Amino acid sequence: MTTSVEPMIRLDKLTKHYPGQEAPAVDGVDLAVPEGEIVILVGPSGCGKTTTLEMINRLIEPSSGRIFLEGEDVTHVNADQLRRRMGYVIQQIGLFPHETIAQNIATVPRMLGWDDKRVNNRVDELLHLVGLDPGRYRNRYPKEMSGGQRQRVGVARAMAADPPVMLMDEPFGATDPITRERLQNEFLRIQEDIRKTIVFVTHDIDEAIKMGDRIAILAEGSRIAQYDTPETILTSPASGFVEQFLGSGILLKRLNLSRVEDVHVAIGEWPTIGPETTAEQARQQLQQSGRTHLLLLDGQRRPDRWIAEIDLNPDRDMSQAGTRVQACVDSRATLNDALQEMLLNANGVAAVVDRDGAYAGTLDLETIIAEIREMRAKALDNGSGVVVGDDT
Amino acid sequence: MTAVAVGSVDSRVVGRERKFLRRARYIGVPAAVATACVAMYLYVQSQELDSIESRIINARNIWTAAVEQIEIALWATALTLVVAVPLGIALTRPWARRVTPIIIAVANIGQGVPAIGLLFFIYIVLIRSGSTAAILGMAIYAVLPVLRGTMVGLQQVDRGVVKAARGMGMSKQSVLLRVEMPLAVPILLTGVRTALVLTVSTAVLAAFIGGGTFGELIISGQAQGRPLAVAVGSLGAAALAIMADWVGGIAEDLLRPKGL
Ligand SMILES: Nc1ncnc2c1ncn2[C@@H]1O[C@H](COP(=O)(O)OP(=O)(O)O)[C@@H](O)[C@H]1O
Ligand SMILES: [Mg+2]
Repeated sequence: MTTSVEPMIRLDKLTKHYPGQEAPAVDGVDLAVPEGEIVILVGPSGCGKTTTLEMINRLIEPSSGRIFLEGEDVTHVNADQLRRRMGYVIQQIGLFPHETIAQNIATVPRMLGWDDKRVNNRVDELLHLVGLDPGRYRNRYPKEMSGGQRQRVGVARAMAADPPVMLMDEPFGATDPITRERLQNEFLRIQEDIRKTIVFVTHDIDEAIKMGDRIAILAEGSRIAQYDTPETILTSPASGFVEQFLGSGILLKRLNLSRVEDVHVAIGEWPTIGPETTAEQARQQLQQSGRTHLLLLDGQRRPDRWIAEIDLNPDRDMSQAGTRVQACVDSRATLNDALQEMLLNANGVAAVVDRDGAYAGTLDLETIIAEIREMRAKALDNGSGVVVGDDT
Repeated sequence: MTAVAVGSVDSRVVGRERKFLRRARYIGVPAAVATACVAMYLYVQSQELDSIESRIINARNIWTAAVEQIEIALWATALTLVVAVPLGIALTRPWARRVTPIIIAVANIGQGVPAIGLLFFIYIVLIRSGSTAAILGMAIYAVLPVLRGTMVGLQQVDRGVVKAARGMGMSKQSVLLRVEMPLAVPILLTGVRTALVLTVSTAVLAAFIGGGTFGELIISGQAQGRPLAVAVGSLGAAALAIMADWVGGIAEDLLRPKGL
């Protein structure tokens, strides 16, 4: 890291050698976690991710090396006190089954001696934040909640005393794919506001790319194979190990990095008509444009139907002609989402809409291919590492 | 959605059924015991008792026997709890890993020794008071279920819950008191209930070393050839044991933390 400001967390040659084991589980890790960022520790199972994370809050005492929090050496301070400054979320969640949701969330504030009023307000605020209605859920017991709801409570509990740092160990690992995706999106939304410094462990590279501001790819012994932004890691993997860990489908993964709003959205390339346009007017417009289809927008300028010339029948209602626009891509969707949409569409074009659902332009396959080329060119310019070919 | 709805209706029905069974047990068990006792009372009333029988079977004797038996059982159970619960906690701490198997082995052997032998040993070698010796003997006998209940109760606590608690900065001691113990309570109470029943029912053996109890009625009835006295003593002992189990069951229901 070239930043001169002190990172929120800094690990200095942190090592854990479990008794009776030949090799250290974590072997001299140096890592700086900048304030307000999500840093992902990702690597194969057993490479030492959990051990590394748990040394940060000293659930596991390091064999050697040092831990700095906000510049302060916390390697030997009182561990219980230290942990109250860091939120902690684990895959098993670990809610107290004999306490209500409110009591669970209040755990750390109570330890810190907050008064009842402040605790109660905070509990309600957090339940709101994680999308649970306080009136409905605060007095429930964990067993009366679904897995996804429990994980939300787990996150709320970890944030209760507003710690600057959160440690998360495969927090969404035990949920089904749909719930996981929802929890990930919600968490990213919350993070936009709270800007915590987060160390997030996962073994899932896709989750790492999605969630991380920075990713540390770990090899055996928690040795850092590459530590960089998702973009750089995807475009220039530092070694064969990283490349192998990224796996196939790397191009599609890169498409997850760019959003529709970041690329060139073409306006006016395809003719559009409104609900009042007659078939004859439409035919003229289509012929002038030299295109195969035109796009019918409804009264609110939302994309409605793709209409080809043969669909234009003066006797038929225009709102029944052609094919429905299956789904529109939001300008915040990833290029990967847009690609899916194009493949569904007969003419290979995705209609892009703004936040209100109104037509904002179109995106076609060429644009996406050009984007991929540009990413590759950038990677070659950076020149730091191996560039993965188009074999994916 | 429908599957979920059906599922919850099912579980609600099961819950209601369980509640009904529990109510039936709360009322049914004492009612059955009372019926048996009243039947025995009416039968004894209808008999001409000879002088030996009426010396054994009388209200004062029966009352004393019941009180003695309950006293021995309660003291023994209390003594057991005081010893076995802290021991169980200690043995589940990581630092005790080495000694735990040894102590469990000893406790198992203790359980294997015949109660009557243990009782005579204590009486003859250690304590020359019948009821005190009986209390000590019963307590030793009941240590194992409570010890096991405490240990299993603590060991079955979800490791993730303990890890989360430690990770939030709770001290080891408050994790034990606020998390581990409440979550161990249901299994611990099962052990206590077993111990209570065990001490109440084996307390009749105290009669052999002059400790009184319903065993007294049984022994004198047997020695003097009065089967009616044996029957009354046996019924009394059985009634107490069943009621001990009943009380234990209610305690389990009441003391189980909500949310489990
Ligand atoms: N308490 C422990 N005692 C001994 N070895 C351990 C302990 N915890 C983890 N290990 C070993 O350390 C290595 C790293 O484990 P861990 O940090 O849990 O990996 P990860 O979270 O990346 O799957 C593994 O080989 C594991 O077997
Ligand atoms: Mg792990």
